[in-house]
Amino acid sequence: MSMSNPLARARGMGSAKGGVQHWLAQRVTAVFLIFLVAWLVYAMIVLSGADFATARAFIASPVNAALLIVLVIALLYHAMLGLQVVIEDYVHHPATEITLQLLVRAGAFLGMALGVVYILKIALGA
Amino acid sequence: MKAKQRPLSPFMIGPYYKPQLTSLMSIAHRASGVFLSVIGAPLLLWWIIAVSKGPEAYQALLGFYGSWAGRVLLAASMLALSYHLFNGIRHLVWDSGRALEIRSAYTAGWLVLIASAVLTAVLLGVLL
Repeated sequence: MSMSNPLARARGMGSAKGGVQHWLAQRVTAVFLIFLVAWLVYAMIVLSGADFATARAFIASPVNAALLIVLVIALLYHAMLGLQVVIEDYVHHPATEITLQLLVRAGAFLGMALGVVYILKIALGA
Repeated sequence: MKAKQRPLSPFMIGPYYKPQLTSLMSIAHRASGVFLSVIGAPLLLWWIIAVSKGPEAYQALLGFYGSWAGRVLLAASMLALSYHLFNGIRHLVWDSGRALEIRSAYTAGWLVLIASAVLTAVLLGVLL
């Protein structure tokens, strides 16, 4: 019978590192996105066939602009975490994998920044 | 050091596994997620940027949405969005430790497919 406690035996034996935070962030954003995508569906139905002035007025409303900003950030963060796992699972060539992971992160953060800047431009009438 | 040829479980696509609703829906969740990331999110950003840039950019966007390629991408995005939304809820229910029995997995699977088909039809009816 071993004298070490279960934690001491488990330590250093597996691949567990920072997975819980990633797992949780994927699900927290998923829960937010249920509501945000429901709102997006509503927006798409309201704005289908809308002219430019109507679309602009919709985004310019403070509540809609705020919801759209949160949607873009949550969506791209959720997408980034998901693509990261897909790449980890299927791309086994180290240089290709690192390149793809960097591209995914860069694309997600750039998309978030672009989304926020352009939504604010509309909301502030610039 | 040369890696030993250890036995591995075979890749999911191939002659080794019979296609099942549960496994096909699992890989479709990933596929729809990748499609939404690579095509859907850029379409959303393009819409935001076009509305910000002005009437001409907005008309160009509407022109693309009306084109053959635009309609295909829009339709595929709506299908992927509907499916990923409802199947994502199915996954969250599983994560809570509920509905993990095989029968529940199939029942929820069919419900997801029906709900996705309905939402896709509504969105395409409105948008296209």
